[in-house]
Amino acid sequence: MASPARLELTGITKRFPGVLANDNVGFSVKPGEIHALLGENGAGKSTLVKMIYGIMQPDAGEIRWDGQRINVANPKAARKLGIGMVFQHFSLFEAMTVLENIALGMDAKIPARDLESRILAVMGQYGLKLEPHRIVSTLSVGERQRIEIVRALLLNPKLLIMDEPTSVLTPQEVEQLFTVLRKLAQEGCSILYISHKLHEIKALCDTATILRGGKLVDTCDPAVETSRSMAEKMIGSSLKDISRVAGRAFGATKLAVQALSLAADGPFGTALSDISFNVRAGELFGVAGVAGNGQNALLLALSGEATNADPASVTVDGVAVGHMQARARRGHGVASVPEERNGHAAVPIFTLADNAVLTARDRLGMVRAGLIDAKAARTYAGEVIEAFAVKATGPSAMAESLSGGNLQKYIMGREILQKPQVLVVSQPTWGVDAGAAAAIHQALVDLAATGSAIVVISQDLDELLSLCDTMAVINGGRLSRPMAVAEAKIDEIGLLMGGIHGEAAHAH
Amino acid sequence: MRIKLEKRREPSLAMLVATPIASVLLTMLIGIVVFDLIGIKGFKAVVDIFLSPLLASYKWQDVALKAAPLVIIALGLSMGNRAQVWNIGAEGQYVIGALCSAGVGIAFGQTGGFFVVLLMIAAGVAGGGLWAAVPAWLRTRFNVNEILSSLMLTYISFQVLGYLVGGPWKDPNGRNFPATAPLADSQTLPVWPDSTVHLGVLIALILPFVFWVIMARSEFGYQVRVVGSSATAARHGGFDSKRTIWATLIIGGAMAGLAGAFEFTGVLHKIDLGFASGYGFTAIIVAFLGRLNPFGCLIAGIVLAVTYVGGQMAQTSVHIPNSTAGIFQAMMLFFILASDILVRYRIRVIPTAKAAGV
Repeated sequence: MASPARLELTGITKRFPGVLANDNVGFSVKPGEIHALLGENGAGKSTLVKMIYGIMQPDAGEIRWDGQRINVANPKAARKLGIGMVFQHFSLFEAMTVLENIALGMDAKIPARDLESRILAVMGQYGLKLEPHRIVSTLSVGERQRIEIVRALLLNPKLLIMDEPTSVLTPQEVEQLFTVLRKLAQEGCSILYISHKLHEIKALCDTATILRGGKLVDTCDPAVETSRSMAEKMIGSSLKDISRVAGRAFGATKLAVQALSLAADGPFGTALSDISFNVRAGELFGVAGVAGNGQNALLLALSGEATNADPASVTVDGVAVGHMQARARRGHGVASVPEERNGHAAVPIFTLADNAVLTARDRLGMVRAGLIDAKAARTYAGEVIEAFAVKATGPSAMAESLSGGNLQKYIMGREILQKPQVLVVSQPTWGVDAGAAAAIHQALVDLAATGSAIVVISQDLDELLSLCDTMAVINGGRLSRPMAVAEAKIDEIGLLMGGIHGEAAHAH
Repeated sequence: MRIKLEKRREPSLAMLVATPIASVLLTMLIGIVVFDLIGIKGFKAVVDIFLSPLLASYKWQDVALKAAPLVIIALGLSMGNRAQVWNIGAEGQYVIGALCSAGVGIAFGQTGGFFVVLLMIAAGVAGGGLWAAVPAWLRTRFNVNEILSSLMLTYISFQVLGYLVGGPWKDPNGRNFPATAPLADSQTLPVWPDSTVHLGVLIALILPFVFWVIMARSEFGYQVRVVGSSATAARHGGFDSKRTIWATLIIGGAMAGLAGAFEFTGVLHKIDLGFASGYGFTAIIVAFLGRLNPFGCLIAGIVLAVTYVGGQMAQTSVHIPNSTAGIFQAMMLFFILASDILVRYRIRVIPTAKAAGV
């Protein structure tokens, strides 16, 4: 036999109350291999890597490292073995410098000067651009991710785990990241790459292990597979395409946003400045952009959770609503789905029926003489559960007992079934499995077909390109010129996402 | 062996009911042990404090009179707590409510009757509500923590009381004691024949139903619960958090004021320096022991009233100070807060793994 695999898992099983997160999973990663771990949310990818990185212990099964059976007690032990991990959510202190953040994350105490020279060496070696003395809060998401990567590389890892690293990057940043990862792999470092973006896996990875419902479905060669065949393995059934009526004509302008500005909410918030766009009846308007560029503020400004002194900054069917709060705007047919499900779109410790009351009580007449019609709320919650195939025990299930994807389906359904005139959604399919995402997309297209105007804010460019009619890019709280999706160029969108505006480029 | 806290998929209803009962039982048990250790008959003391008032029917009236203000105040406080509004100053609102009630009574001189008494009660409600409006304003306007402002206002209310009963409102026929003149009979609350049980006790029995309907069925109650769970979700749903803070603080103050007016017009009939007897603080324990549930508050109010009466009984029977009851009340609060985690988490004991690998 050839040299042992860098990492070999056999029969890994992990049980949580009510779910089998990993069921007898086994695969191996060779030295220098870029190995994709593929699966929908809830398939058990995160649980699996948490066990490799020592955050959790498996209930059964064994982990071998260079042929030796090991027991990874905690992340510190994992790092000692040479396992590095870059998480999807960064753990950085906003008010500290890059150098300070890296120093805080090191297990061994290293003098600041030595550390700085080592950081510069690592960055030079892999072409990672980063200024060690910048304050983190001034950095873009891509740069923040580089801090995490440098932090992991300083330990000379033999295995680097990357958890959905590209979800927050522009297409250009993704390309830079891939260059770094390929170089690492050439030097013999194995990479375990978690993602559900299939074209990236085809472009980057040597092998792909696909999980579904905690079980290993297949280990395949992404170069041979098509994106569609891998997606179908992921969801276990064939994908449905969005069906839309051909040759749709848009109606009159439903939502008009005119010179909308909004002050930043807190020191790390993003201010909106001078945003203008129109959405016509039947139109799906996409807003692309890297996370943290004002998407949240835009959603709040449109939903009425943030109000504007100028009523005419937002008009719906010709009625100026910019000064109105969320409830009054709902009266004018504006519904919204914010990005954060728990504690924003829904109250985690309330039942689904009670959560129906949160946004549907006025439009569906759930309140009479100050008293809540609990039966109406239950009935409506039941309708949403059925129409959107929400996996829940029923209207009296607690919102927090649902998986993220199922709660998202419920929230989307709660707003869509109210037949709003204007629907503003942020990350409509975040954490939703591919089958359900297709259903949500179809529901949005169907709602638009009835004459509603829909704004979709998403970081997933593919989603916007396949779903929307028109799109614009938000960067630093400014919105680019809208463009028809049919004519949009990925390169141009990428540059806009990275903050290079057409006008700005001319000015310099 | 490892002990692990594991999140429950849904809050446990059994634990919600069992933990308050367990808290009371644990308090009794610890009480027996500790008192025995310091050389006092622990068992006798605990029986006197927790059981004797229930066994002696002649003490039931006392229990009812003490439970009424506790229940009324706790209902208001628990509504606020549901909205994450922490009014610690019910004692002050109780005092101001009683003073406003007394002010109306004095203004009418010897005139009494149904409408005057009603007006005195209304003044108590308004006074308590207004006193609580101060922390509401400070919180919503300047983001001042209501825990501090409401508590500090309590001490101000004591000074106001001292000034009024020692000065302008001092009973001219009262041998110079700092106290108001006793109320004319026509200005007192109706009393059940041949007893000391006043109308306020009946209202304390009715109010839990009213609060239950508000909290569980009304849109306002829904708003309170949403604001308490997540201010962001409340904003998304179109509810105004500031207005909710105002409303719950004022309702809490109004309930305390109502209790103060009842105590004044129904029990004491005059206000002296000892008027503030701690109901406003004890009601915080009642609210938590009652799990912020209106009917829970009713039961918990009775339990705490029993310890008040029992504490007085134990003074003579086992010669322990009256403040012993306070120690028991504090222990109950301690245990209920400590066991709170069991509602949302379960304890799992994990045996040590047999083969731990290399």
